[in-house]
Amino acid sequence: MALLLNAAVLLGKEVRTEFRSRELLSTTIVFVLIVVVVFSFTLDPTTTESRRFGPGLLWMAFLFAASLMLQPCFLREQVNDTLSALRLAVQDPFAIFLAKIAANTLFLLLTEFLMLPVFAALFNVSFGAQLPAILLAFFLGSVGISVVGTALAAISAQARMRELLLPLLLLPLLTPILVISTEVTIRLMQPEPYVEWKGIGLMAGFDVVFLTVLWLFGEYLLEE
Amino acid sequence: MPAAPERSIGLQFDQVEKRYGAVYALRNLTLNIAAGECVAIAGRNGSGKTTLLRVAARLVRAGRGTISYTGGTSNCRPTIGFVAHATMVYDELTAEENLLFFARLQKVENASKRVAGLLGEVGLQDRKDSPVRTFSRGMRQRVAIARALLAQPWLLLFDEPGTGLDAESAAWLTSYVHKLRDSGCTILLSLHGESEMARLATRAIRLEAGSVIADTRRGAMFQSIFAGAVN
Amino acid sequence: MLRRIILGALAIGLVACATCASFYIAPEERTMGAIQRIFYFHASTAWAGETTFFVCFVANLLYIWKRKPQYDWLGVTCAEVGAACITVVLITGPIWAKPVWGIWWTWDARLTSTFVLWILYICYLLLRTLVDEAERRALLSALFGVFAFIDVPIVFGAIRWWRTQHPAPVIMGGEGSGLDPVMRKVFFFNVLAMHVLALFLIVERYLLAKTRHDVELLQREAEAR
Repeated sequence: MALLLNAAVLLGKEVRTEFRSRELLSTTIVFVLIVVVVFSFTLDPTTTESRRFGPGLLWMAFLFAASLMLQPCFLREQVNDTLSALRLAVQDPFAIFLAKIAANTLFLLLTEFLMLPVFAALFNVSFGAQLPAILLAFFLGSVGISVVGTALAAISAQARMRELLLPLLLLPLLTPILVISTEVTIRLMQPEPYVEWKGIGLMAGFDVVFLTVLWLFGEYLLEE
Repeated sequence: MPAAPERSIGLQFDQVEKRYGAVYALRNLTLNIAAGECVAIAGRNGSGKTTLLRVAARLVRAGRGTISYTGGTSNCRPTIGFVAHATMVYDELTAEENLLFFARLQKVENASKRVAGLLGEVGLQDRKDSPVRTFSRGMRQRVAIARALLAQPWLLLFDEPGTGLDAESAAWLTSYVHKLRDSGCTILLSLHGESEMARLATRAIRLEAGSVIADTRRGAMFQSIFAGAVN
Repeated sequence: MLRRIILGALAIGLVACATCASFYIAPEERTMGAIQRIFYFHASTAWAGETTFFVCFVANLLYIWKRKPQYDWLGVTCAEVGAACITVVLITGPIWAKPVWGIWWTWDARLTSTFVLWILYICYLLLRTLVDEAERRALLSALFGVFAFIDVPIVFGAIRWWRTQHPAPVIMGGEGSGLDPVMRKVFFFNVLAMHVLALFLIVERYLLAKTRHDVELLQREAEAR
């Protein structure tokens, strides 16, 4: 209980800080837009092709955006050594991770929900009929990206070439999310959409597994 | 601040070692600090002062040896106030927001009241709604001290707290530490050289290459700890 | 020293015998012909690679728990030997595929997953080059190693599921499935030989890591004086 309360307080601070400056959100949204536009130059897809390749491109755009968006996660805490203050203030360091995962998931979801209608308009696909399932797929995918990404952000913050290191470590680890979420989204964007429940289950499983691993090993990531 | 010396915390370092690669930041350090003591830690740059304080706060994990706390009201890690050269507060938030945030994290009772009281004590009530990034070095240090005191810790660690402070702020800090000492807090103060603040200490130790090379209580030897001379 | 020489000789001897067995003892495969023999080398190296990755995982866990540098040396050693094994696998697969299927590469489930596995361990090794301080490097790479190892079965599972949605030519038949008894014996002999070779490489690389560490210590102590 104390863990969740601490995480809630920390999450409040993360959200307040971000919404005050909106630097991260605005740059991430613009980046995703740029990636989608650039993809369209390389592919010039028809509507059928958009349904087939679009979800993969969209998820790739979100993955690239996430690998940039997650950079400041722990770097921010190094500026005034606020990470030490957090570690002194909380009993369970996992609260710090939980809060950052929740914040990163929220920011990713905001980006995705803003970009989905834009993507639908640019590539003439619709998914109104399966909106709840789409939201669920994006939620589970975003959680997976955030869990692994936050853990790796803690690692890369302590290494050199961190701007390059985080995407380098993140993208191979997130292969399952990319593969599964693309398949699930393709199914949901077809003319006769259907929910691939096995894929949804696999994504949920991925999230649970890595959240558990982070719970077990998180304190070592913050150790000096 | 109420005087409650029975809640004071003592600190025990037992053969503590911390290495960074082949460099020993702390080497076979054994030190016993009684509850309520105010200890000044002197030493050159790289002697291990910061590492000693961070190990005491359990921010840095010792490679060997143990650190234990004595006294206090419970057996788990006690509430520790840490003031370092870095302010450990968020520049984008206001002074009040920072303190409320840390107060809620540490489950301080009547957080708003406590924050308001501390802001008054450190003389920042007029600037409570300004973001910390607009503060001078002296004002940031005051926020840092307020943050460290939120949960009424009985163990306070100061890592060269006077660095970058002007004379007025330094004098204010010295008098504040004086008050804390008199209330019965255990205080560890790492200092570069002798200063007004050093004179608050009841005991002084000198570190060199991660080991204690001199340890004395107030008296003739006291000055020499800061001069670096060791008999 | 003598033990190292014996192990080395044993490794080389076993690999030589296993190679001979693959060429002269194992019967020729009905449909694919001589090129199929690469399978003994390919699959046994894959098994050796997977074993070393498991040992790497155990070493990583032990380092996180005990913080002894020896576990870090074992971890990096196994990661390097494992990455070398998987490099061999990724090269011998296409060598087999080209004459049989006419293509160097296809994104079938096993090859794709193996490629991702290889990349994960290259990332592990890259991470180590980007952290200067020895204990920090050991801890961070051990933690990443744990994440990577746990991800591996998920990667294999996800890609296999993905492939059931989009079938592609299977680049290698199942190992050991439907193998002639003589072929099976030759295969497992190759597995043994590859494991002994991997063990020899691990021992040598481990001793190299230990020597490097000792030299660094001596250097620092000399500089300090």
